[in-house]
Amino acid sequence: MLPIGIIAPDFELYSTPDQKLMLSDLRNQKIVLAFYPADWSPVCGDQMSLYSEMQKYFAKHNAQLVGISVDSKWSHLAFSEHNQFHFPLLADFEPKGAVARMYEAYNEKEGECRRALYVIDKNRIIRWRYLSPVGINPGADGILNALEQLDNLIKIQS
Amino acid sequence: MIQLTPAVNSHDHIYGNLQAQIELVEYGDYECPYCGAAYPIIKDIQQKLGRQLKFVFRNFPLSKIHPHAFSAAVATEAAGLQGKFWEMHDVVFENQKTLEKENIIRLAETVGLLPERFEIDLQQKALAEKVEKDFESGLRSGVNKTPSFFVNGEKYEGAWGEGQLLQYLETQLESILIV
Repeated sequence: MLPIGIIAPDFELYSTPDQKLMLSDLRNQKIVLAFYPADWSPVCGDQMSLYSEMQKYFAKHNAQLVGISVDSKWSHLAFSEHNQFHFPLLADFEPKGAVARMYEAYNEKEGECRRALYVIDKNRIIRWRYLSPVGINPGADGILNALEQLDNLIKIQS
Repeated sequence: MIQLTPAVNSHDHIYGNLQAQIELVEYGDYECPYCGAAYPIIKDIQQKLGRQLKFVFRNFPLSKIHPHAFSAAVATEAAGLQGKFWEMHDVVFENQKTLEKENIIRLAETVGLLPERFEIDLQQKALAEKVEKDFESGLRSGVNKTPSFFVNGEKYEGAWGEGQLLQYLETQLESILIV
């Protein structure tokens, strides 16, 4: 994974069938980048479903969650509508896995993103990262702690 | 190792012997089919371990995919105000496919709740807050799916479907008793 402290590399990917999203467009908020292997994994244990339930907590920390997998924008659209997600899913589809590779979060053997999490601050600096063991949904405790620490840091500095 | 945060306390619903050596905590969702499948397994574990076990249920409703999960959780909390949390917990799991409001009220009557009081209690903000607090504690504790289990404060990552959880608890119990 990329080291903590560097500027998160910018990229642009489809977030809907006709819209692209640039990382640098997400200004003045923290960003949680969640790379995950595939849309349509079993629902109750699914990482994105869990994050979808947490919108309130992300909002509290002024953080925007962004999911990324190698699935196409059409798969993302159907997956997102099916689960009523209200956060963008980005399609790292063509060239396949390019952004995941850039973030050192690509599983070459499976041709999928790994379960890698990054928390990025308002200045686009990587502040926290976590790579989950294969097949294990990382949950949310790490992300929440990282967001909280960032908020505390800002309070101390101001 | 992920720890249960906060630890079991007086706000929890605790079933069984408070001094039991084994403390099993479930984060569950009343409308989740996996939790429904776990329900008889937990009953069986409670029966087999008897006084050696205390069981705690905390709410982790995935409201976006299970539209009745949150209101069902509030209903069990409302039943708790009349001293019948576990009775309601049971019938809600036993009827987890039909948790619309009118059914919830019918279930409440079958466990002997005073209907007027129950319906008023359902509106209590404090009960919804209790369910949300449970959910948040789950997030803090690393709950990543339902059901998730904690044994004596530590997250249990193993399988639970075919006797594995009972076996694990029995092994834990043996090691505690030997020491």
